[in-house]
Amino acid sequence: MTHAAADLIRQPARVLAAAICEGEVSSVEVTKAHLARIAEVDGQVHAFLQVTAEAALETAHLVDEKRGSGRKLGVLAGVPIAVKDVLTMRGVPTTCGSRILEGWRPPYDSTVVARLRAADMVILGKTNMDEFAMGSSTEHSAYGPTHNPWDLDRIPGGSGGGSAAALAAFEAPLAIGTDTGGSIRQPAAVTGTVGVKPTYGGVSRYGLVALASSLDQAGPCARSVMDAALLHSVIAGYDPRDSTSIDAPVPDVVAAATRADVRGLRIGLVKELSGEGYQPGVLQRFTEAVEILQGLGAEVVEVSCPNFDYALGAYYLILPSEASSNLARFDGMRYGLRVGDDGSNSVEQVMSLSREAGFGAEVKRRIMLGTYALSSGYYDAYYGQAQKVRTLITRDFNAAFAKADVLISPTTPTTAFKIGEKVDDPLAMYLNDIATIPVNLAGNCAMSLPVGLSPADHLPVGLQIMAPPMADDRLYLVGSALESALTDSWGHLLIEEVPNL
Amino acid sequence: MSTNHETVPFDEAMTRYEPIIGLEVHVELGTKSKMFCSCATTFGAAPNTQVCPVCLGLPGSMPVLNRVAVESTIRIGLALNCEIATWCRFARKNYFYPDMPKDYQVSQYDEPLCTNGWLDVTVATDDGPQVVRVEIERVHMEEDTGKLTHAGGATGRIHGADYSLVDYNRAGIPLIEIVTKTVVGTGALAPAVARAYVTELRDVMRALGVSDVRMEEGSLRCDANLSLNKPGAGWGTRSETKNVNSLRSVERAVHSEIERQAAVLDGGGRVIQETRHFHEDTGRSTSGRSKEQAEDYRYFPEPDLVPIAPSRTWVEELRATLPEVPSVKRARLQSAWGINEFELATLVNAGAVELVEASIAAGVDASAARKWWTGELLRVANERGVELADLPVTVSQIARVEALIADGSLNDKLARQVFEGVLAGEGDVDMVIAQRGLAVVSDDGALLVAIDEALAAQPDVAEKIKSGKIQAAGAIVGAVMKTTKGQADAAKVRELLLERLGVSE
Amino acid sequence: MTAITREEVAHLAKLARLDLTATELDHYAEQLDVILQSVARISEVAADDIPPTSHPVPVENVFRDDIAKPGLDRAEVFAAAPATEADRFRVPRILDGEEA
Repeated sequence: MTHAAADLIRQPARVLAAAICEGEVSSVEVTKAHLARIAEVDGQVHAFLQVTAEAALETAHLVDEKRGSGRKLGVLAGVPIAVKDVLTMRGVPTTCGSRILEGWRPPYDSTVVARLRAADMVILGKTNMDEFAMGSSTEHSAYGPTHNPWDLDRIPGGSGGGSAAALAAFEAPLAIGTDTGGSIRQPAAVTGTVGVKPTYGGVSRYGLVALASSLDQAGPCARSVMDAALLHSVIAGYDPRDSTSIDAPVPDVVAAATRADVRGLRIGLVKELSGEGYQPGVLQRFTEAVEILQGLGAEVVEVSCPNFDYALGAYYLILPSEASSNLARFDGMRYGLRVGDDGSNSVEQVMSLSREAGFGAEVKRRIMLGTYALSSGYYDAYYGQAQKVRTLITRDFNAAFAKADVLISPTTPTTAFKIGEKVDDPLAMYLNDIATIPVNLAGNCAMSLPVGLSPADHLPVGLQIMAPPMADDRLYLVGSALESALTDSWGHLLIEEVPNL
Repeated sequence: MSTNHETVPFDEAMTRYEPIIGLEVHVELGTKSKMFCSCATTFGAAPNTQVCPVCLGLPGSMPVLNRVAVESTIRIGLALNCEIATWCRFARKNYFYPDMPKDYQVSQYDEPLCTNGWLDVTVATDDGPQVVRVEIERVHMEEDTGKLTHAGGATGRIHGADYSLVDYNRAGIPLIEIVTKTVVGTGALAPAVARAYVTELRDVMRALGVSDVRMEEGSLRCDANLSLNKPGAGWGTRSETKNVNSLRSVERAVHSEIERQAAVLDGGGRVIQETRHFHEDTGRSTSGRSKEQAEDYRYFPEPDLVPIAPSRTWVEELRATLPEVPSVKRARLQSAWGINEFELATLVNAGAVELVEASIAAGVDASAARKWWTGELLRVANERGVELADLPVTVSQIARVEALIADGSLNDKLARQVFEGVLAGEGDVDMVIAQRGLAVVSDDGALLVAIDEALAAQPDVAEKIKSGKIQAAGAIVGAVMKTTKGQADAAKVRELLLERLGVSE
Repeated sequence: MTAITREEVAHLAKLARLDLTATELDHYAEQLDVILQSVARISEVAADDIPPTSHPVPVENVFRDDIAKPGLDRAEVFAAAPATEADRFRVPRILDGEEA
């Protein structure tokens, strides 16, 4: 890799976009630099399941031509991006990290991908993930785990570990993730990057292969708050093809990130999302960040959300229930893996054999759990009760947002753990999402941004900011202010400290 | 498969048991696009040509509800005197079947859009027509499944098939399910009530214009539930008979199931809760899937669709679009046109009611309008295999012909020839008359010449008439009509003939 | 809430169309039990009079106009199909051996 190319891959998306727009660098050069980086390091990181080099260069070329002919370019035109393999992209294999979808090429674009294309962004490929987004480590991918660029023996978080690792390894300046219980924020926290789960309904789910439909939300992944804001503004907004999409203007997240001012803002510390179970190193960095926010003029208050204690339980009933239904269609009849169709087996047997062979352990575990929770006789005690707890969690948020403009907590209780450490201990794995889950249940929005390295293991720690529904701009207002204070003290973004691969 | 074909004759069964029926009718709505996507709904299209990511259940696709499907359902609910929900949701009914692309069906479960209605139906009895009120439990929306074809094996049926083929064109077509409450106390009329109910429901759907309700094409399907109550012994177990594909079959299916269940109970047996399949050819049903082990459908609210909360304003707007209830309309027409139920049924079956109404509005006499539409024109429509309304004859053309008959310019035979010309595309009424030279010969001189010729040719007949056998005049009139090629007014010819012979009637 | 038995796990696997091995059945019976005991804490919450939340954002009455548009091309429809015949998806026979 040339010195110039090495420099390009470390640039913020905002800077690349401006440079491409001004003609200082071509989109082809930027794209080639990233493709070269992927070729160089992805053997170690395994962030990508599919690299669409040819199509990416073709798009980059078209963007350069468009610029050359003097036509107006979008805000992120020509900037490369990686897309989590759970979003459909016409003609490009979409596997969701599962064997059952190996080789499936969707005949249509998801709305998010369509918007990236419309914004003249250059899609580099599809990133690795826990199978059907079930997991917090990307170890549950059928195609092998992704490694954390901070320490290749450690997990990059999940389910969107591929997108987060691609950013941390400088393989892409931006990425798309999806977040059902923390799958954008938790990987962001453990890789020292920024990830945002927008308000439910803020970004179209059309073409997002559903895990849990009432919880899923796609969002931006970036190395800085401003870059996340730019990407957020590209993908968000009403889509008539998603019935749950909100028909209202997108909050001005870019303006908020620019303003970066927390003076007079009330910031609530959620009592239940701290303390026991959180590593001291995580709590230390979190506390320091709170002090910085106070120093910047924010008013810090403590709030209590007592029903958050039940969030994990409700989540692990609602998610598997919806997932058991969403994943039923993978039956080997119309697409995907078919096993045992030898003329002797009935359709039921072929479906069962195909699903048994095509799904991994965690997917089967959750399908079984969801089937149980929805079955007659158990519905009221499990699914029904979980939906009521969901209401109580939303009420807790409403009460807290009456006292504070945003809420904050550590994003995760721990830093990145070792690959293999929790892979067959579902409960330990599920605890990673304890702080991120309440937001998915209530449908509001949240961001994770890096606040330093844990003194214990020198691994990144993330701070979570939560805001009310459709107040996504507050995430950027606070995140940007905190980020700039931190980078001022460090002299650079935290990601600059990631070891060389 | 059950091999028990024992039956008890219907009349005998009625002496010991009281039938309890319940009817579930599925109606495919005639919307232009499917329930949750924009695919076309044309019947008979080439397989898998009306499919998209949504109705194929491709990963990532999402449903968006068709407004007209909701409006049609609300209109059906209102026509059936139902309450319209103020807030309701769709649910997922989870079960695996290859005709269902998502392996769940989007349906309404415990929150139907319409509830608690009724429909009055009339059945014929020995004591004259009797009105029975059938109570409606619910009207809800769901999506249709794809269509399976069974291949291999001898019969083309699911049993013995080697494999099956799926066409998803039908998957996602809006389906309305109308479920009655149990209908009790109809006794031996139960089969007739079942038939009358489905017939009336079909007429309501047709009047609303929400479906083409063709049972033979499956756009109206009926499942008949039946159990027998032995007075004093409580209600029996019910069976559900499917594959009932004509109005006649509805009646026969209930009839034969009464005979079958009576035999089971008489033999000391137990009726099994099961699905049965009716066979048009034998008029009997065979056992299908046993429902003893109830399916566990794991219903839960569909998270991909948002709740429907019809405003009362919207409901009232839809109420204002309701047509006259078919039974009320029939009573009105019978009285206005002076016809009986049978004659009206002929008009209904011919699809002639609206055409007759329009003809009357255009000034045609009621009986003449009926005569044309259910006579000559219906014959031609049948011959051509088209609907009456699709014939190239207009109401104003009928009015014109009738006016010409009234003023004596045309007679009945000539009028038929006029329509023959119109139907053959020879032009409008007056153009056909002019081109074909169709006009009543009213010149007395010309007629008298023809009469004299006829009398000369048949002197024996002339003698008979003169001797007072006036009925023999027909032969001479016929001969005159023949020579004038039908263009004479037969009554006029007769009058001149009798005058000529000096005979009076 | 009661412990989940191996028989229940086998029934669930059948409902969910998963041809689990004997080892998997044992393993999942154990794990599901642990998970269910953990999530069962939600039953402690007094929520009798609390309305359930099925949709996190209160949006209602979302409809599309009844306009038909062309769907996928035939080639795209069948591109990923494991088996097709006569322009239809070919699937194994519906009934089990003993039923047929």
